Parts: sequence; C-alpha cells; structure tokens
Amino acid sequence: MKKELKIPLIKNGTVIDHITAGNAVKVLHILGIPLSSSSVVSVAMNVKSKFGKKDIVKVENREIDPQEVDKIALIAPKATINIIRNYNVAKKHKVEIPNEIIGIVRCSNPTCVSNANEPVKSRFKVINKDPPKIKCYFCEREPEDIADRII
Amino acid sequence: MLVFLILMKFKGRDIISIKDFTKNELNYILDYAEEMVPYAKGEKYRNILKGKVLSSLFFEPSTRTRLSFESSMNRLGGRVIGFSDPSGTSQKKGESLSDTIRMADSYSDAIVVRHPHEGAARLAAEFSEAPVLNAGDGAGRHPTQCLLDLFTIRKEKKKINSKRIVLLGDLKYGRTVHSLAYALALYGAKLTFVSPASLKMPNEVVGECKDLGIDPVSTSNLEKAIKDADVLYATRIQKERFPDAEEYNRVVGSYKINNELLRNAKENLIIMHPLPRVTEIDPEVDKTHHAMYFKQAFNGVPVRMALLSLVIRGKL
Repeated sequence: MKKELKIPLIKNGTVIDHITAGNAVKVLHILGIPLSSSSVVSVAMNVKSKFGKKDIVKVENREIDPQEVDKIALIAPKATINIIRNYNVAKKHKVEIPNEIIGIVRCSNPTCVSNANEPVKSRFKVINKDPPKIKCYFCEREPEDIADRII
Repeated sequence: MLVFLILMKFKGRDIISIKDFTKNELNYILDYAEEMVPYAKGEKYRNILKGKVLSSLFFEPSTRTRLSFESSMNRLGGRVIGFSDPSGTSQKKGESLSDTIRMADSYSDAIVVRHPHEGAARLAAEFSEAPVLNAGDGAGRHPTQCLLDLFTIRKEKKKINSKRIVLLGDLKYGRTVHSLAYALALYGAKLTFVSPASLKMPNEVVGECKDLGIDPVSTSNLEKAIKDADVLYATRIQKERFPDAEEYNRVVGSYKINNELLRNAKENLIIMHPLPRVTEIDPEVDKTHHAMYFKQAFNGVPVRMALLSLVIRGKL
C-alpha cells in the first residue's frame, strides 16, 4: 500500500523534522513563526516514526538560517533542519545547543532581577548540552523545567 | 610582573560573586586586607582615595555592610554619597534599578549596591562603567561578607586548609553560607553542615563542594558536630526569606549556642556569625574566648578598604 504523507511535500522552504512530540507549537513560538513571515506553515504532531512519535513543521518559500534554529535545541534536541529547493534537500543541519540562551527562557526564580521590570533579556549559560542544563547569568539558578519556561 | 598583572586585573573590576575570583586572587585580597588593619583601626592614615566618590545604594536594610563600606571609603580619604532607604529616591516613582545605576555611575568612581532581587549586582555591572561591589543581592550572593569570613578564619586559625568548619542554621535561604561553603571548599576546609531538615544546604552547593574535592557531612546533630570543630559558623534563621510563615515558626529557635553546649567543644573553637543574631547565640557566650563575631564584623573594614582601593585605584 502506498504510504500517504500527513502533510504534503513542499517545493521550496524549510522542513524542521524530528521535533520532540508535542513541542511543535513551542518551536514555532521560539522562531517567531508565523508572525515573522507570511509563509504557509504546515504542522504535523504526534507523527509515527521509527524512534517513536515526533512533530514536523514545514515552512514554504522561506529558508530559515540553521543557526537561528539552534535556539530550539533546548526543547527539541533531536530536531533536523532541511532546506528544500525544487523538492530536493539542498542543506541538512542537526540542531546544536548554543553556549548561551538569550531571551528564550524565563528564569524560574521569581525574585531574579531578570524577572523584574528591567530592560534586560533573560540570559542563561548552557552548562550541559545533553541533557540540557542551563544556569541563569544573573541569579545562577538552574531551572529544571526548561520547556515550561519558554517565554 | 605577576603582581602587576594582578593589579591590572583588579582596577575597574566588579565584585559580584566570590566565584569570579581564583584562589590566588582571593589570597591577594586577603593579604592586602591584612596590611589595611592599622588604617582600619585609625592607628595610621592614608588618603589614597582622596578625591574619589563612592555611591552607596542600599535598597534593603543593612547595618554592618553599609557602615563598614562607608567607614572604609572615609578611612582612605574618599567621600560617600547614596541612600540607605530607597523610599526617599526615584525608585518610589517607579524608576528601574538600571536607571538608578546609570545615574550613580555618572556621579561616582565605584558603586556599592544591596538589592532584594537576586542577580541585581550583576545587572548593575552591565549598566555601569564604574566598578560595582555587590553588598548582597536578595538570597543570592554576598562576596564581601565571604571575604571577611575567610579573612577572619585565616587570621585566627593561621590557615583554612584542613580546618574543621561547621556551618549552622539556615543553610537553605542564608545568602552568606552558600558562597562561604564554596570558598571554604576551594581552600580545602573540612565541612559539616548542620541544619533542620527543612533548611538543608541546597544540592547545588553540596555538588560544588564535591567538584572541589570536599565531601561535606550533613547532619541535624549540633552536639556531635561541635566536638572536633575548629570553627562554628552560625547563621540567623531569616524570617524575611521564608515564603511561608508557618515553616518559619516551625524551625526558628532550633539551635541555641550557649555555655553548656560549648563544654563539649575544643578549647580553641571560634564562633562566627554574620550578624544580626536573634536567639541563636546566647549573650552569655559573648564573654567567652570562643566569641569571634564582633571582631569578625570589624574585619569587614580592612577587607572592604582593600577591595575599594584595588577596584578604584589599584594598590598604591
């Protein structure tokens, strides 16, 4: 039987694959999609794969800078970025957690100065990449529930 | 040449966390503080900070830290501006800390800041060209207290390495004990943490000690811990840090240091406390040779004189 695709192939654009199941919406939020562009965006959630369930995001006619996508590595550490040109994969990139996370995660410490009314973005040093472990630059707290702290 | 390099690194440097310094740098500060003692006592006078201005910004109450910083600046010939109650400032009108810091930066050569938010001093340093000295940020860091504690132990015990040091009381919320545990582990002290179960030292701090090769003992039994201790460092159960008044009431008064307890202690045990104390040390202990907390409070002056001199001018 012919395998049917949950979401259609795209001619040009970006496919973010192997997103941790359930996190596609958060990934879109971190990347500012669709607010940052008028591209057509398709999302598939809980898609079966050989490694269990995953989410997939396809953004048409827009090539997302792979470095920019590294920001999602905190909540989707196994994600891959495929740049599609004329239905072919032109570039493939596996996300990698950057050394510093700025403006993406809110500090879990309610009395951290980064949660006060100050003109600074939250800032975390990445102290371990797998599993992700981060430390607040300001108060040195290490939030455990990173996915729930996405701004 | 090495000394010159260290000096270069201190001038203009922020003092935010004890972890920002190497052991060599800490030793350098402590040695310099030792030289400052006669000047801190007023027996000698030097005006190496003449013409310099310190901003003293205390958004939270303080007695010893503020007065000793201000005394330090005055003893070195400098002047102090600032406030000890933010209700008389534009913060009352909603001004941000960052804007207050920008102002203080333009009026002074160094800024001392105490603030209720953790990380406030780190943020202040981002907005200031002048060096920022952290005088306590919420339940976070208090590096100058840590330095004066190290200074006191080193002065009284001649060394820190291998000394048996008991940290007692509120080890969960106490801002001094976290930095101190790290610094003592850095120096190779043998650590015992004594606290009620609900106020245990956070795992992060225990982990840091282990990373430095020190495996602290945690217990709630003070009588046992005190027997072979060289230093007993007591802390107040801080009501203002408790999220829950019921939890505070349950643990306040858990430990009391009195002469009866000290009968089991070593003859040369010293008792330290960052002060203020409430009920944890009975006033009868003040008269014993174990009591070191008032001398410890004085040591804040030479240590802060050394720091101000180093970050504003470099040692002269």
